[in-house]
Amino acid sequence: MTPEIGHFALALALAMAIVQSVLPMLGAARGNILWMQSAKWSSLGQVFFASIAFIALLQAFVTSDFTVKNVVENSHSLKPMLFKVAGSWGSHEGSLLLWVLILTVFGAAVSVFGSNIPDSLKARTLSVQAWISVGFITFMLFTSNPFDRVFPPPVDGQDLNPLLQDVGLAMHPPLLYFGYVGFSIVFSFAVAALIEGRVDAAWARWVRPWTLAAWISLTAGIALGSWWAYYELGWGGWWFWDPVENVSFMPWLMGTALLHSAIVTEKRDAFKSWTILLAILTFSLSLLGTFIVRSGLLTSVHAFAVDPERGLYILGLLAVSIGGSLALFAWRAPVMEPGGIFKPISREAGLLINNLILATATGIVLFGTLYPLFYEALTGGQKLSVGPPFFNAAFIPIMLPLVFVMGIGPFLSWKRADLPGVFQRLRVVAVLAVLATLAIWYVVRGGPVLGYFSILLAIWLFMATLKEWTVRIKLFDVPFAESRRRAANLPRSVYGMSLAHAGLAVAMFGFIGSSVWKTEEIVFVRPGSQIEIAGFDVTFEGLERVRGPNYVADRGKLTVMQDGRFVAELFPESRYYPVAESNTTESAIRSTMAGDLYASIARPASEEAGAGGALTLRILYEPLVNFIWIGSAMLVLGGGLSLSDRRLRVGAPRRGSAKKISNSAKIPAE
Amino acid sequence: MTRALALIPLLVAVVFGGFFLWGLDPDRNPNDIPSVLISQPAPEFTLMDVEGLATPSFERADLVGNPGPVIVNVFASWCVPCRAEHAVLTELVESEGQRLFGINYKDKPEDATRWLAELGNPYEKIGADSTGRAGIEWGISGVPETFIVGPDGTVLYRYVGPVVGDNAVEKFREALVQAGALERGVSG
Repeated sequence: MTPEIGHFALALALAMAIVQSVLPMLGAARGNILWMQSAKWSSLGQVFFASIAFIALLQAFVTSDFTVKNVVENSHSLKPMLFKVAGSWGSHEGSLLLWVLILTVFGAAVSVFGSNIPDSLKARTLSVQAWISVGFITFMLFTSNPFDRVFPPPVDGQDLNPLLQDVGLAMHPPLLYFGYVGFSIVFSFAVAALIEGRVDAAWARWVRPWTLAAWISLTAGIALGSWWAYYELGWGGWWFWDPVENVSFMPWLMGTALLHSAIVTEKRDAFKSWTILLAILTFSLSLLGTFIVRSGLLTSVHAFAVDPERGLYILGLLAVSIGGSLALFAWRAPVMEPGGIFKPISREAGLLINNLILATATGIVLFGTLYPLFYEALTGGQKLSVGPPFFNAAFIPIMLPLVFVMGIGPFLSWKRADLPGVFQRLRVVAVLAVLATLAIWYVVRGGPVLGYFSILLAIWLFMATLKEWTVRIKLFDVPFAESRRRAANLPRSVYGMSLAHAGLAVAMFGFIGSSVWKTEEIVFVRPGSQIEIAGFDVTFEGLERVRGPNYVADRGKLTVMQDGRFVAELFPESRYYPVAESNTTESAIRSTMAGDLYASIARPASEEAGAGGALTLRILYEPLVNFIWIGSAMLVLGGGLSLSDRRLRVGAPRRGSAKKISNSAKIPAE
Repeated sequence: MTRALALIPLLVAVVFGGFFLWGLDPDRNPNDIPSVLISQPAPEFTLMDVEGLATPSFERADLVGNPGPVIVNVFASWCVPCRAEHAVLTELVESEGQRLFGINYKDKPEDATRWLAELGNPYEKIGADSTGRAGIEWGISGVPETFIVGPDGTVLYRYVGPVVGDNAVEKFREALVQAGALERGVSG
């Protein structure tokens, strides 16, 4: 009976959303405060009913209710509880329900915490948010109902795709969706501002925390997904430029640009239409991701069960939301008055470069991702695939200048900056970075020039960021106690920026080390076989069969020695899931800061293989790969610190006078 | 900001939308990789033999005038799926009497020789395609790929990826049956 309650709750949420999509908007147009405030209750109502629907689905999964089709297709009674829970968002329908739930959570969050936002803007924003809700809830009810029953119910389920049965992956979609969908509220703010025809510094200030929150989740979600690919898939890599990875990366790139351009709008009242456009495009790219993943438009290792009818429905949604908002933009943006004026050398200009580079990078990823489709359409069915070589060749050269500018940007002052002065300050940093790179080259030798150049830039960014902080607290210029006082008084958003920028530098070490200096051996092994890789001597000891809760596995045992000393034992597994009839590779990893030794095994061919029990053993050494996860954590933490800054804290009373914020001259530069 | 500039995002979105609409055609399967070679004569190519290996090389002329269809397999020692596939191909040669030609794609001769010494050599002839030129002629998208070539030198079938696992082997055997290289119902 609970599935029907869930289904019914979803319908009620739709009703709420329909009311919310009309009433507050009309109220804002007529100045009817009651109608505007109705958005508060309808948005809470949406969350309430969407939660009931989600809990109903969760309940069906937890109790393994095999009368529900979605549970049959994605769960199994023997599955560990964590993955039963994760199964509820492992399918197309379930993940869509999570999508809707998060969408309503963001709407309600704005209506509850956004007490400082003017009524009319809030009402319009929530109405726009409700339009999106209506689109997605109807999509669910008409094409992808997660509560469909089956009759007769089968004895047991078909199990969740075994690859998805991993703790990292259980958490990956919710975080990713928080990011994706979080940008919806920013989109709604942008559309509402276009309808109002007014964008100012205050608007940017209200929008920034939501952008930041979405960006943090998306960063964490992408990092977790990458971690999952690295640890679980056993492919020996953390990024593959797969279409589905790309569609999560594009909103991230755009969102990063938005985060920075919103600063300019907030502080200097400039870049207004650009910020609005970025807000629209960021969420549009999230929607595009949803469309690509669920329509089977491109081939990918991911992809849900594919159905062209669903694709058509989402395309319709896309046409209305993206097409509508961009048309609105084309109509209203030209009349927005330009704001603060700035010189070509200034922080505004620095952030403009940041934005241009990030937008170009997004364009490159978008083009590379969709090029196979364009090519096929234009040549009448010929196919090709765009792989890592294209992305590496096009994306990396674009991003490296950004890293260089990132080192300088925070030193620039608003309006007009003194570039020679900045270079003067950074001279020592530049020299030290070159020396450090030379030292690394001396120790490592070998490897391409681009690798060393990237290392140089990463060191540059890290040290310039550090330097910027020491300049702020006047370290060594004033007595230490004074510096400490200054350090304690710096706004959290400053620490947030420094931490995030340094985080990117740290992650870069990981990116570079593990792609340029990676070594790989693929060998055929029998018990006793020895392999040498990156200074380690690895011995394959043998194989045993082990049994897990819903799988059987062949577990290999490897002994790793270095210079005659014992280092570690590795146990890579090749698992077989009888219910889902599929195999997974469970790689074994010895992880250190210096690098990961990564082993995976696979049986060659089938039982008929005449090789006498020999296995394929793949061993990789990925230097510095852990820096990626540390750097990502720093990005997330930096975002969090910035979000917790008093200035942005939603609903917190403003410091100082109650005067309406018009300019930010008093607020310390970020 | 001028009006024309503000229109650009919308126009770009509309163009993208047009492509998406086209892409949703239910008859279109993005996973399907067609071969322009099917029922075309096999491409012109000449290969050297793999240095240090006794197996002779072959060229296009060797694919014409055979009594029955032959299998042409593109492989490399650095390719892991090829290892997996190797057992299946060996089985086809040893128990089914199929004739197998190999194109050793972008490989070092010593690696290829060691690989074959380790796993066994089911290939009748092997050409060394160290430059990848023949691979381009055959239009391969990756390694391994396997073709069936008719007695007149016509490409009858192409399989992309390793012929491994019951499904793939079944598909490939079916293709051999269709080509007349295998009798139906004979199981390995």
